[in-house]
Order: sequence, then C-alpha cells, then structure tokens
Amino acid sequence: MSIKVRYFASLKESIGRSEDDLEFAGLATVGDVWRSANPNKALPDNVLAAVNMDYVELDGAVKDGDEVAFFPPVTGG
Amino acid sequence: MGIKICATSFDPWQEIQAHQHSAKDMAGKFGATNVFIGTMRDFNEGDDVKGMTLEHYPGMTEKQLEKIVAEALQQWPVIDALVVHRVGDILPNEPIVLVAVWTSHRGDAFDASRYIMEALKSRAPFWKKELLQSEAERWLVKNTDGYL
Repeated sequence: MSIKVRYFASLKESIGRSEDDLEFAGLATVGDVWRSANPNKALPDNVLAAVNMDYVELDGAVKDGDEVAFFPPVTGG
Repeated sequence: MGIKICATSFDPWQEIQAHQHSAKDMAGKFGATNVFIGTMRDFNEGDDVKGMTLEHYPGMTEKQLEKIVAEALQQWPVIDALVVHRVGDILPNEPIVLVAVWTSHRGDAFDASRYIMEALKSRAPFWKKELLQSEAERWLVKNTDGYL
C-alpha cells in the first residue's frame, strides 16, 4: 500500500524534508510509518500525528492511500 | 458560519460587518455578539520581535476549525460564528485571529467564543516562527493555557 507522509514546522526543518512517499507490504500503524520513513531518528515525545487530517494516536492503523502527518504542538491564534 | 484563512492582512471589523450584512436571516434574532481578536505583539518572552511567519497545514486547518465550530454549536445555541486566521508573513500590530459569535443572550456568546478560541489554540494546525530584532529566528514551542 502507498502512504504519503507530511511534516510541518520545526519538525520539517529538523528532518530536512516536507514529505515522503512510502510503500508497505502488510499492515502498518502510524508509528510504523514514522520508523520506516525515519529509521535513524526516534519520534520526538511531543510530536502530534494525523491521518487524513484527523488527529490519531501512534498505534492507529493506516490504509492504502492515507496521508499521514507529523508535526510539533500547534501554536496558532 | 464562516471559516477563512487569509494569506494577507485582514481587517477584523470589516470581516464582522460583511459577515453580519450577508447573514440577513439572523437580523432581529441575535442579541449578543462576542468578538475576540488576537493581534501580533512586538515583544515576546523578554525579546523584541519584528516579524513572524505563520505556517499551517492546508486542508487540516479548515477541517479542524469546522469541527471546533460544530462542537460549539452542539453545546450552545449559537446563531452564527465566524473564524478568520492569518497565515504567512505577519508584522507587529497586524491581526492574527478573529473569532466572532452571535447568540440570543450574552452568556452563550461569551462561552462559545471562548471555547472556539481555546480549542483553536490547542488543535488547529498553525505554527508561529518569530523573527527577533537581533535577526535570530525561533519557533514557538507551545501555546499557553488561556484558562490559567
């Protein structure tokens, strides 16, 4: 299955990319998506995750065609 | 209901006036309008700030704001609501956010607009990067809790 991964703000700057396109053979969680895209970098503690623009936990499942996003705590308003 | 993301400076008072003018069916129905406007300061955490860049996640921002407004509508008898938020490069004294809520009575207007604003602060995917007078740049790490 194909997953699009997006990164924002300080996290995007620290990993040096704004997005990745991943292919998975079997089932995967949001945490698996991070580990596959960033094998040498642990997910920072405060990072938030979203699937298809809704907040999710790291053990949430992903499916083919999903857009997974990782970003730091939000600071709007 | 209205949700707008603006890439250039906006006038919150014009936005309120235009929205109220276009929503003709609420004329005579509302008795209270509560307005919150957030404006960029030229100082933060002890430093002089000369500019700011607001990044957002297009699509998710609108989706989360729609969800937050829908939650407010479930909890209070809101007649109408308007949320406008800036993105891009911002200068001190420019408005960042507008939340306006129209209700029959004032208590609901205060409570619903507070709810929308606090939820926006913790859930809408916007990120601020400050440019200091010293030319240093820094990302804001976390929003403060508005209820403290």
